Amino acid sequence: MLNLVFLIPLLPLIGFVLLGVFGSKLPKFVSGAIACTTVLVSFLITLTLLGGVLSGSIVSETITYFDWINTDGIYLPMSFLIDPLSVWMMTIITGVGFLIHLYSAGYMSHDEGFARYFTFLNLFVFSMLMLVMGSNFVVMFAGWEGVGFCSYMLIGFWFKNTNYNNAAKKAFIMNRVGDLGFLIGMLLIFVKVGSLEYATVFGQAPLVFESGTTDIVVITLCLFVGAMGKSAQIPLYTWLPDAMAGPTPVSALIHAATMVTAGIYMIVRSNVLYTLAPFTQDFIMIIGLCTALFAATIGLVQNDIKKVLAYSTVSQLGYMFFALGLGAYTTGLFHVTTHAFFKALLFLGSGSVIHAMSGEQDIRSMGGLRKKLPITFLTFLIGTIAIAGIPPFAGFFSKDEILAYAYQRSPILWALGILGALMTTFYMFRMFFLTFFGEFRGTEHQRSHLHESPLIMTLPLMILSILSIAGGFLGVPHVLGGHNWFGHYLSGVAPVKELALDHSTEILLMSISVALVLVVIIIAYVIYVSKKQVPVSEGSTLTTPHRVLYNKYYIDELYDALFSKTLRWKSEWFYKLLEKGGIDSLVNGIGKGVQWSGKTLRMAQTGNISTYLFLMVLGIILLLIITGLLV
Amino acid sequence: MENLFSNTLDGYLFLASLLFAIGVLGILIRRNIIIIFMCVELMLSAVNLLLTAFSVHHNDPNGQVFVFFIMAVAAAEITIGLAILVMIYRNTGSVSIDSLKKLKW
Repeated sequence: MLNLVFLIPLLPLIGFVLLGVFGSKLPKFVSGAIACTTVLVSFLITLTLLGGVLSGSIVSETITYFDWINTDGIYLPMSFLIDPLSVWMMTIITGVGFLIHLYSAGYMSHDEGFARYFTFLNLFVFSMLMLVMGSNFVVMFAGWEGVGFCSYMLIGFWFKNTNYNNAAKKAFIMNRVGDLGFLIGMLLIFVKVGSLEYATVFGQAPLVFESGTTDIVVITLCLFVGAMGKSAQIPLYTWLPDAMAGPTPVSALIHAATMVTAGIYMIVRSNVLYTLAPFTQDFIMIIGLCTALFAATIGLVQNDIKKVLAYSTVSQLGYMFFALGLGAYTTGLFHVTTHAFFKALLFLGSGSVIHAMSGEQDIRSMGGLRKKLPITFLTFLIGTIAIAGIPPFAGFFSKDEILAYAYQRSPILWALGILGALMTTFYMFRMFFLTFFGEFRGTEHQRSHLHESPLIMTLPLMILSILSIAGGFLGVPHVLGGHNWFGHYLSGVAPVKELALDHSTEILLMSISVALVLVVIIIAYVIYVSKKQVPVSEGSTLTTPHRVLYNKYYIDELYDALFSKTLRWKSEWFYKLLEKGGIDSLVNGIGKGVQWSGKTLRMAQTGNISTYLFLMVLGIILLLIITGLLV
Repeated sequence: MENLFSNTLDGYLFLASLLFAIGVLGILIRRNIIIIFMCVELMLSAVNLLLTAFSVHHNDPNGQVFVFFIMAVAAAEITIGLAILVMIYRNTGSVSIDSLKKLKW
């Protein structure tokens, strides 16, 4: 089965090339079929690999295809690493990717850029696979850049809208900031270890670096800056909410389920390095927790259905980093998995709602959709419960595992984690109730147009909701009678952190969090269903804290003032002083000097032959004198 | 004066330099193109003289052969020069060097 591995990324690449070259000439049905089939076949091959890993026949295989760079100092093979971690990520990418491809075929069916959409979606799947399959940092970096590019192309998919283009640029630039950190970290590793192959780097790291030295802390921090950019952590998170400008399935695939988890994958992959740098771990933990709480508070008051989901994604990514910072690498990846299921489900569900609402995204204009969109309603409910963390849905297991590790570290961290979870529950149910309960608040035209989405869109929703229900059983903790299968699955790649809590404490913590979540759901129900409150409309005066949250803490404005404005001011200054005053005047001065000297000196050409002769003789005599003096 | 011309070559050198200087001066001072032309020829002859003198001094006949060639070429050159002169006179009605002033600025 390993000889088919090269097909996994190659097939989406072939799809990309086919659609890129012939896409505009092919009928939509064929374009969609090509895109979906390539990803589906990749998924099936990945499943055989997963079977191999589960049966134990594949432990950690490096497959080298060709030498990418082979010089004296640098040896970089183009090779894939097939181990439980990469196979798991590949399964998520191709599996969820296929479902979203399928959904997109329905969602985008009326769009004129249908083929272009699938071209980049296929390229994205290819890049993401390269990212997780590479056996060295450079192949990962190539994929890392590839997904960033596809994200840019797909956020700005409707390129006729300037705001969307700006959102795309913002995402790309913010990612670049992070990528620079990643690149520096990578080069530092190369300087210190002399190789970028995972096997060599992670094998050598404990010998080369002593735990906690500046070298390893700087390297891990640089790599983490890359993760901040890609996975939308403070301070580089602002691109993700804006990235909702892209088509909704893109948000589901790229900006929720896969690409943004690249940072978490990278850290889990480099867990050897991070374990050597306790300072970086604490830093990641703090950043993760802050992001989780910060984004959740913003999510509380947003009115755009996709914006709420976007902030919830940022918040959940914060949770994942929180887990990584606590040293619970497998737990972080477990949350990546469950989050991929329920967040893809929620995004696709919101896409279905937006589809039915003829493009309307404001939850204040929705309401009462549960009768018109029964399947979307049910699946969305499952996704919402999963993210809120009610057993036995997927989110409960992964979130409570994180919270248990947090409690082991310090009860304060646990309390803050719970606070984030409660806010998540509140805004998710707020959105859910406002969308599906109460009276319809949209226009008459929208009401007449309401309809359930076709099967091609609801089928992925149903599959994902099954996964959102069942996904959690991958990692049932010991205390609930499981044996944390997922942790053991990954134990060859990342160590499972000890959880030394009493079973009674653990059960108590779980009960507290579940009880609080239920209370919050009831509060949300009372506010938005019983009292039928609707968020105030645009332009009305808000209380100060509400206004600050609604405007996302004015972070965008702050960045604008800090970076864009200063940059623009500096550019202006340089333009006036250096460009105009320095370079321009120099160039113009030379030109003017030449003109002036020409105008003046040409007067020497009198036309008088005797003068010429005189000057000639004078010149000869001068030459003779100079020669005489020199000799 | 006896000392000055004691060496035979010195006398030729002196004479040739004198002729050359006269030619240069003539070119600079005179306005008549014919005279200037003659002065040019005078300078050429001075050089020829020098060449012959050195040829004898070094006992090498090559120099004298060269002089013959130079004189042959000079004859050809003089015809062209005179022809140009004739054309100048026909066009401007003058052989003064100041009549040719149009080529300026």
